Amino acid sequence: MLIFENGSKGRNATSQIPQNVSEDTNLPSEFLRTSIADLPEVSELQTVRHFTNLSRKNFSIDTQFYPLGSCTMKYNPRGAQQAASLPGFLSRHPFAPESYSQGYLSCVYDLQQTLKEVTGMAGVSLSPMAGAQGEFAGVAMIKAYHDGRKDFERTEIIVPEAAHGTNPATAVMCGYKVKEVPVRADGDVDLEALKAAVGPQTAGIMMTNPSTCGVFERQIEEIAKTVHDAGGLLYYDGANLNAILGKVRPGDMGFDVLHMNLHKTFATPHGGGGPGSGPVAVGERLLPYLPTPMADCKKSESGTVSYHWVDEKELPETIGRLSAFMGNAGIVLRAYIYAVLLGRDGLLRVGENSTLSANYMAKLMSDAGFKLAYEDRRATHEFIVTMSKQAKELDVTAMDFAKRLLDYGYHAPTTYFPLLVPECLLIEPTETESIDEIEGFVKAMIAIQKEAETSPEKLKGAPFTQPVRRLDDVKAARELDVAYQKVME
Amino acid sequence: MPFIPHTDQDVQKMLDVIGVDSIDDLFDEIPEHLRAKPMDGIPEGLNEMAMMRVLSERAQQDDGALCFIGAGAYEHHIPAAVWSTAMRGEFLTAYTPYQAEASQGTLQLIYEYQTMMCQITGLDVSNASLYDGASGLAEAVLMAIRANRKSKSKKVLLAGSVHPLYRKVVNDIVSNQGITLDTLPLNTQDLCIEHEALSQFESQDYAALVIAQPNFFGTLEDVNTLTNWGQNHGMLVIGVVNPMAMAMLAPPGEWGDNGADIAVGEGQPLGLPLASGGPYFGFVCCKQKLVRQMPGRIIGRTVDLEGKEGFTLTLQAREQHIRRSKATSNICTNQGLAVTAATVYLTLLGFNGLLKVAQASHHNTNLLVSKLQGISGVTIRSPKTVFHEFVIELDRNVSEVIELMAEQGVLGGFDLTDYYAELGNCLLVCVTEVKTESDLDLFVDALKRALQEGAVKC
Repeated sequence: MLIFENGSKGRNATSQIPQNVSEDTNLPSEFLRTSIADLPEVSELQTVRHFTNLSRKNFSIDTQFYPLGSCTMKYNPRGAQQAASLPGFLSRHPFAPESYSQGYLSCVYDLQQTLKEVTGMAGVSLSPMAGAQGEFAGVAMIKAYHDGRKDFERTEIIVPEAAHGTNPATAVMCGYKVKEVPVRADGDVDLEALKAAVGPQTAGIMMTNPSTCGVFERQIEEIAKTVHDAGGLLYYDGANLNAILGKVRPGDMGFDVLHMNLHKTFATPHGGGGPGSGPVAVGERLLPYLPTPMADCKKSESGTVSYHWVDEKELPETIGRLSAFMGNAGIVLRAYIYAVLLGRDGLLRVGENSTLSANYMAKLMSDAGFKLAYEDRRATHEFIVTMSKQAKELDVTAMDFAKRLLDYGYHAPTTYFPLLVPECLLIEPTETESIDEIEGFVKAMIAIQKEAETSPEKLKGAPFTQPVRRLDDVKAARELDVAYQKVME
Repeated sequence: MPFIPHTDQDVQKMLDVIGVDSIDDLFDEIPEHLRAKPMDGIPEGLNEMAMMRVLSERAQQDDGALCFIGAGAYEHHIPAAVWSTAMRGEFLTAYTPYQAEASQGTLQLIYEYQTMMCQITGLDVSNASLYDGASGLAEAVLMAIRANRKSKSKKVLLAGSVHPLYRKVVNDIVSNQGITLDTLPLNTQDLCIEHEALSQFESQDYAALVIAQPNFFGTLEDVNTLTNWGQNHGMLVIGVVNPMAMAMLAPPGEWGDNGADIAVGEGQPLGLPLASGGPYFGFVCCKQKLVRQMPGRIIGRTVDLEGKEGFTLTLQAREQHIRRSKATSNICTNQGLAVTAATVYLTLLGFNGLLKVAQASHHNTNLLVSKLQGISGVTIRSPKTVFHEFVIELDRNVSEVIELMAEQGVLGGFDLTDYYAELGNCLLVCVTEVKTESDLDLFVDALKRALQEGAVKC
């Protein structure tokens, strides 16, 4: 039932309504609202019960194993939520004077320092509000760099065909044309094709490493040399940073600019689709272009450290602002707290154990007869299984497996991404899942494979145990209903 | 303390099954000379107790002041039930609802959110939210340029009374696409758009007009006249609005003869803490005919294969994961958790509660204005038509006065001198329903003392 179908005229959550409010106003009537916004009319208990019951219709990390590839669905530590909700942090206005900002500023500054160390870059800005906005900031900095050198001929961004859809969409938002280069059968970029693609028109390349194929791009140094020799810059999409945390740094691989997803690698909650946070890091030559605001500090003669905001006055060549205030400030804070909890050894163990878990899971799947898309390669923190044999011989698809997994109590892996592997499932267990969960998932896959062979309708009709069965997406798009209209009695 | 469950035995078992000797062997595809050195610049990890000690000390440093700053982020009472509900693990730790059958909670909630935002703005369609009000405005500008069938122009007219940082964000996001932004000048006496200046823009072709209600100074604009003027000259009209104010003020869908085409704004007043500026959420609503140019996620109601009602992501053909370089935007998430909180907030308050909060804020604002009348060194610059913010001119440097007030535990407002030098020494002050009359008296005392101390220092 919708909340709108749930109320009674005149009912409300009485404790929440301001008391003794004067309705007098000096505003001219032409500015005033005469219509009534048809919002719910329910009690506080009805509100809490409705949304609590809605929450129970969700899969989540707290309730299920959620091995969604490329999304890094790891445990979100409650300590980080609690510390970020301390009154001093929650009540601080974004324009509070610096005398009432030293606590928050010190956290921003310290996280900037930590992320520089993790990525091997020279500068960090935490202001982008999501991975896609970090990408935008990164490519905008590449453009600002070329423009600053009066090099206006560079009109193309190169993207491997396995790239996440945000990469080409971002390049276009920055005014670039997109040129795709193919990926070889072993998951690495086709270097010869890349060499043929670069030239004086190349502004840069956007890459993920480990790639979206779940393998480490072994030719990264040759790729960097090829693009740099052509005068372009290298953009690193940090979607898969969890795999290499503490093991290899983008700055050392030759990247000039990157974004990170704090909601993946730094365990901030995904919140049902956001808020995320997508900080950017750059090497020396892009430092002047970082987006504002950032935090910096000064030491007085007496030794006290004071923090301040860096804005366009201090950084005149900045690509500017991406939000009215300080990005998703509270997410930045949670990521900082996560880094405080883990420390340098903990961060290193993240990269190691996420890789260990994924390789173990891939081996179990392979031993059980599932086809790995890149079976001769090491898995990184994730791996791809292709169901094209099942699709051909049993007429069941990767999507059918995904939907049936829901009946077994597991969230589905990422389906049909990357696009170049047919009938694929991209699986990422993360370092916070126990060996029992990993083995349980593989057992479920084996059971579903048996069903596919003997009673495929159990897959094709799945899920059976969820609040709804498969939904009619065509009807949803054709007979668009995106807001409830009250039926007049 | 990395939250890793593996025991030594688990690790050994996994290595044996994989067939390697050590975890390091799993990284053997990375060239040896690229392997990272220990991250000595990062401190050792802390357990939760030690971490809480450090963070509590830091949070304490920023706590305890009485805040009269608004300028786009507003302090309202947040009912306890808002976050205790939104923080349920099933909302907090779910991801984008790609698997619709296992995400009906989030999907239905967003459908309800979309409905509420349509009601508040008086428009037909809402998306599932964007990052914040300012970046939402940038997306609305791009949307209007795509959607305007009468004009091929890549020029947009922004009122000078729109939040200066919103205008900066719009510029910084859209300028790479060859879009030009022109500014409608400000009437510095009335602190709203200079209507006399409109005619000089009539000969040019603009795709869209951006106006704010209330505007950055808290003043009400004549949105009816402006909306008609913009639409009569071929522009799509974008209204930047405070959703809380929309309980009292005519919503964008009712502006002028035909209503504004797009409404956008900052959702923070609807149950989100100030929290240093985020996470908040940007809302975007529009007329039905523009829906296919809308950026970001949209949730639709449909049926499952047994005919039962259900909710799903719809119109995905606009989005980056399908269209790649031809998508309406590169955005792939919304601000899900912030929207969850706002939806619970709007449900608790209802229209009546929202109206009462708006009226109480407005009333308290007028009360502070009256208390400031006649104070030496203070001139009220705002006209009488303000919502819950107003401008005062001081006879001294504003940033010094702000510091001197802060020393007394009062955050006096937003310093306008950096953005509107032409106004002189002006301060933007905000009052909401959370302030009592004695809070207002503290503001007046702190301001008087700051002006006196400032005078002594001079």
